[in-house]
Amino acid sequence: MELFVFIVAGAMVLGGAAGVVLRSHPVHAALSLVLTLFGVAVLFVAQEANFLAAVQVIVYAGAIVVLFLFVIMLLGVDKADDLQVEPFKIQRPAAVAVGAGLLSMLALAILVARDARTPSVTPSTAVAAALDGSHDSNVRAIARDVFSDHVLAFELTSVLLVIAVVATVMLARKPRKGDTA
Amino acid sequence: MIAQLSLVAVTVTATWYLLLAAMLFAIGVVGVMVRRNPLILFMCIELMLNAVNLTFVALARKIGDVGGQSTVFFVMVVAAAEVVVGLGIIVAILRRKPNATTDDLAGLKG
Repeated sequence: MELFVFIVAGAMVLGGAAGVVLRSHPVHAALSLVLTLFGVAVLFVAQEANFLAAVQVIVYAGAIVVLFLFVIMLLGVDKADDLQVEPFKIQRPAAVAVGAGLLSMLALAILVARDARTPSVTPSTAVAAALDGSHDSNVRAIARDVFSDHVLAFELTSVLLVIAVVATVMLARKPRKGDTA
Repeated sequence: MIAQLSLVAVTVTATWYLLLAAMLFAIGVVGVMVRRNPLILFMCIELMLNAVNLTFVALARKIGDVGGQSTVFFVMVVAAAEVVVGLGIIVAILRRKPNATTDDLAGLKG
């Protein structure tokens, strides 16, 4: 069963990714990105990361892609790019070569490390207890981990979000007459 | 029937997910190097972030530690903040120079 889920979701992921790179129209690329993000969410569910799958759909597909589409529509840049234009003749073959080389190196590393001994990580007892618990244990385990071991990082995240919001407002507003910048 | 049984017997290991994530990352890298529209460059960066998230989740399940999943949670928050700031910058650039491509962004170096 997991095999079928993996094949279908993997096809969604790779097809959407190819669409992002190959479609000339920005709106089509954004919709291909949605396909990829949903595929990744399905793969999260297949690996029992239920909370992350929900967050993936809500944050990525719900917020980030809508933001992309908003910018595309708002700025009126929804014209198809001319993919024939190629400023440097060597650019595309070089890019494909670099991508293929990177992929083959990563695949080699993964296959070499496949038979390596799994590192003996000892999860904290609360996490270990939650991992083999009932169905809603995923959310509980992540909550225990985030709010106990990583609580400082969590608080810093809120600071980061406030900074991002303020920075975006500063960037996006039109300068008034009296402003020096 | 026999084919079905043999397909069911195949288990999807973490290696499969890692290979899929490597493919997704490579596609994102090629996209960043090939495309010239700044919005699409940004989407390709999102592809690479998702590949890394998939890697984290696969290894979290393999090792049996939920720490990988909470790392993905933080990566998602940072990615959201990054998209907000990046799109703000792109809006500011495109408002000044409509249909700017990455070649036109050389002026950013001041």
